[in-house]
Amino acid sequence: MLTEQKEKIKDIVTKSQVYKSIFRRGFGDTPRNRALAILGNVFLHLHPPYVMRHALKFTHSWCMGGITFLLFIVLCFTGVFLCFYYHPDKINAYRDMKYFEYDVPFGVVLRNMHRWAAHLMVITVWLHMTRVFMTGAYKPPREFNWAVGVILLVLTLLLSFTGYLLPDDQLGFWAVTVGTNMARATPLLGHEGPFGEQLGATAYNDIRFALLGGSVVGGNALLRAYVWHCVAMPVTAIIFLAVHFWRTRKDGGTAGPL
Amino acid sequence: MEEKTGAVEAVPVKEDTGLAEGSRRSFLLKLGWAGFALFQVTWIVSFMRFFFPRCLFEPPMTFKAGFPWEYTIGSVSTRWQKEYRVWVVRESEGFYALFGQCTHLGCTPVWWEGENKFKCPCHGSGFTKEGINYEGPAPRPLERVKIALAADGQLLVDKSVRFRQERGEWEKPGAFLKV
Repeated sequence: MLTEQKEKIKDIVTKSQVYKSIFRRGFGDTPRNRALAILGNVFLHLHPPYVMRHALKFTHSWCMGGITFLLFIVLCFTGVFLCFYYHPDKINAYRDMKYFEYDVPFGVVLRNMHRWAAHLMVITVWLHMTRVFMTGAYKPPREFNWAVGVILLVLTLLLSFTGYLLPDDQLGFWAVTVGTNMARATPLLGHEGPFGEQLGATAYNDIRFALLGGSVVGGNALLRAYVWHCVAMPVTAIIFLAVHFWRTRKDGGTAGPL
Repeated sequence: MEEKTGAVEAVPVKEDTGLAEGSRRSFLLKLGWAGFALFQVTWIVSFMRFFFPRCLFEPPMTFKAGFPWEYTIGSVSTRWQKEYRVWVVRESEGFYALFGQCTHLGCTPVWWEGENKFKCPCHGSGFTKEGINYEGPAPRPLERVKIALAADGQLLVDKSVRFRQERGEWEKPGAFLKV
């Protein structure tokens, strides 16, 4: 009886649109699945065997996805270079930014490349999404890739937000003050959010406290923003980028006119 | 009547994995998975706990704010704003201390003497000298903090005790110091 119900639930899950849009094959040990495991491996298929003619037209794709990826690579490279001089602490952070602007060889170019590429990336991500929406490229079988794209959008914005604090100037400091204060109003988890106070949340144990590593935007917050910005989020973004590109290929390439 | 062909029919033999419902092996399997799940949950909880530091290196919550006669009656003192984020206000009957944090999104408002108001530079919230919000997005008045007299006669401000007007806490002892 219980196994029957289990089978039923399994059936409902594996036959749902959500499941089928993510997983394309079963996990049974069959020759077909073995072949598909190789065919679906992103690392073995970085280059597509063929490209549709419409996908190359600038007027169709605006090349916005590609430009976004290019900017991401620029940001990775310039970001690593910035790491060589930048110290994420309250004494040095602002000073190091000035140091980049006035003393480090090519520092001003480096810093401004990182800054402008970051601004541009947010813009190109939006334009890319607009294009995908306008050409209906979010429709089946590409709905899962749209969802991956939304995650990448959120990651882009979070990377932008955490990077905002790192120069430790007035603009970034107050922007992060405002941004993290919004977390106070998180339901259940924030000390000013719905049910937060009833559950015993204070400024010293809620979600904002965990984000800042304290009750104020201080040294801990700067260091945390730095680690999220330089390690955790770029790595996560790279993983989702890989899935994003791979799915584009597997879903039949750039969506074209039917 | 059935015909007998003599051919052997392929009967699928069910392999005995020893995992039948209620068997010893299936119990051990479940136990194993339960242990694994417990390990994972413990790991995730400790991972989340990690992000809440035990010790903070933040400015102290209490400070001595000088002697009462150092303040002019009717004035808002910005003397402690930079270091402690507190304004001490001297009225003819006594003192109250306002916490310098906008109730909208937490910036520090600016005291404009000429306009007799606190104005937040971030989104334009305005507060009266008493701390009542009257313009902009701030949803509630500024919070007051505890103010008392220390044994040596100095004012003693304790930021860990807050008084919120919308909860009627400004009437509580500590929200206003009569001198």
